[in-house]
Amino acid sequence: MKKRLVVVITMLGAVVVCLNIRPTLAEAARGGPGPSTMQRGQKIYEQTCLTCHQADAGGVPGMTPPLQKSPYVQGPAVKVIGIVMNGLNDGVEIDGETYTNPMPPFGTVLKDQEIADVLTYLRSHFGNKAAPVTVTQVARIRQELKK
Amino acid sequence: MKKAIAYSILFLAIIAGSSFKFLPLNPPRSALKLPGGFQVHVIADSLGAARHLAVTSNGIVYIKLAKLKNGKGIIALQDLNGDGYKKTGFGNYIGTGIYVKDGWLYASSNTDIYRYRLNEKGEVIDTAHAEKIVTGLLDRHEHNSKSIVLDNNGYLYVNVGAYSNACQLQDRAQGSPGINPCPILDSAAGIWQFRTDKFGQTYGDGVHFATGLRNVVGLDWNNDIDQLFVMQHGRDQLFQLDPNLYDAKQSAELPAETMYALHEGDNAGWPYVYYDPFQKKKIVSPEYGGDGKKTGGENAVDPVAAYPAHMAPDGLLFYTGTMFPERYRHGAFIAFHGSWNRAPEKQKGYFVVFQPFKNGRPDGNWEVFADNFAGSDDISSPGQALHRPCGLAQGPDGALYVSDDAKGTIYRITYDAR
Repeated sequence: MKKRLVVVITMLGAVVVCLNIRPTLAEAARGGPGPSTMQRGQKIYEQTCLTCHQADAGGVPGMTPPLQKSPYVQGPAVKVIGIVMNGLNDGVEIDGETYTNPMPPFGTVLKDQEIADVLTYLRSHFGNKAAPVTVTQVARIRQELKK
Repeated sequence: MKKAIAYSILFLAIIAGSSFKFLPLNPPRSALKLPGGFQVHVIADSLGAARHLAVTSNGIVYIKLAKLKNGKGIIALQDLNGDGYKKTGFGNYIGTGIYVKDGWLYASSNTDIYRYRLNEKGEVIDTAHAEKIVTGLLDRHEHNSKSIVLDNNGYLYVNVGAYSNACQLQDRAQGSPGINPCPILDSAAGIWQFRTDKFGQTYGDGVHFATGLRNVVGLDWNNDIDQLFVMQHGRDQLFQLDPNLYDAKQSAELPAETMYALHEGDNAGWPYVYYDPFQKKKIVSPEYGGDGKKTGGENAVDPVAAYPAHMAPDGLLFYTGTMFPERYRHGAFIAFHGSWNRAPEKQKGYFVVFQPFKNGRPDGNWEVFADNFAGSDDISSPGQALHRPCGLAQGPDGALYVSDDAKGTIYRITYDAR
């Protein structure tokens, strides 16, 4: 009985350890974004996004959508780049909760590199897990939006 | 060897586990802090987005929900004389406003106002058929809740909030100028007055009672002086929108949340000015050429009281009961929903305040009455608050009811000196 308990605790512990180190390992394995991208992205988040989306990316209930484990943040890069560039003014609904405050467009405020950095940062933080956003993707969407 | 490996894994697991301390296994219970002699009872919880509430003369509590609960937008709680509360629901629309007067229950969606006839026991006679008395009020997402209160002459007052922060050409965008004159003011950012007994009234049937009010969620009628009092949510983001004029710290403390005593035709100055509680002046908004010092709004009324910025006053109630000690009588309780716009500074509010009054005007400093709704003093993001006070109501015995729209907890606060 005791033995079994030890085994269970040990296995659980191992899982926890793995969860803790997984992002770094996974990132290194796929040659993902380096620390500088993350640092730049975090800085942009803090300067530009944090007031509304909050320090923990939890948003403001009923007003500003959370960016934690977000279907928008983790969704197609094309869509999320478009939101950052154009803003959003439709009253977003996530998990049955409606968010009413508008998001202004940041297409003229942030450069392509900055949009790529902040989205890459968001897509690997706050419980999100999605591929990095590249500056090429951002530039392409900016071109398409100009048409 | 095997044993050693197992132990080392166990050791690792313990270390890793300990780094997860911030995840509470048992979330702390929200224990409200109240002045001596006051008690609090939770009479319902898990109602979800419980916005405003109203209590009949027989003690039935009606709660308006901003999110349907089992398909219902209004919850009725009936006291079973010590055996708990019977909970029923009706109304298939979401909203904020709810009020009881002279045998009628009034409730609002984000566009319409309804009323229901009550029987002698305070029960809604026909929950399936509401009379729609006002329709077509603006709902453009932002600041869309419609708070309601009645006077003693058959009129109802409703807030229509501005669908904007500061009436910029592009809402909340840095560098975007204020539109002059602000077109929002014709149909929002003000208080409208309607008859309580006429069906299907629209803007044209009502009186544009007051203007220049960005967003009012808490409002009440003061029966001592027969006057409407409202709480305005002051504008957001001075620093983010004008970093050359304001720093993050100033932006967290400006402008004040303000209380107004309104007469018909009053203008409170939004979006052209905001109220600076330190200079005690109406200051021209940066979007309209202000520099943080230039005063304006000569034709606009001054607030009768000012409170710290961004705390979001969502409920206002003049206390007329006799249960609480004498000093509370005729004073105002204000439910502060709690801030988000102080980030990156710590957030503030999440409490119910008492404002002493004398001869129908605020008299003396406000004080925190019921605290610790959030469950912690250290809130950096509103989602961390366990509970957020929103609505206030007084029971027939003088008890104070408070609703929480984070979890949907309904508190009943009583006083017993013993």
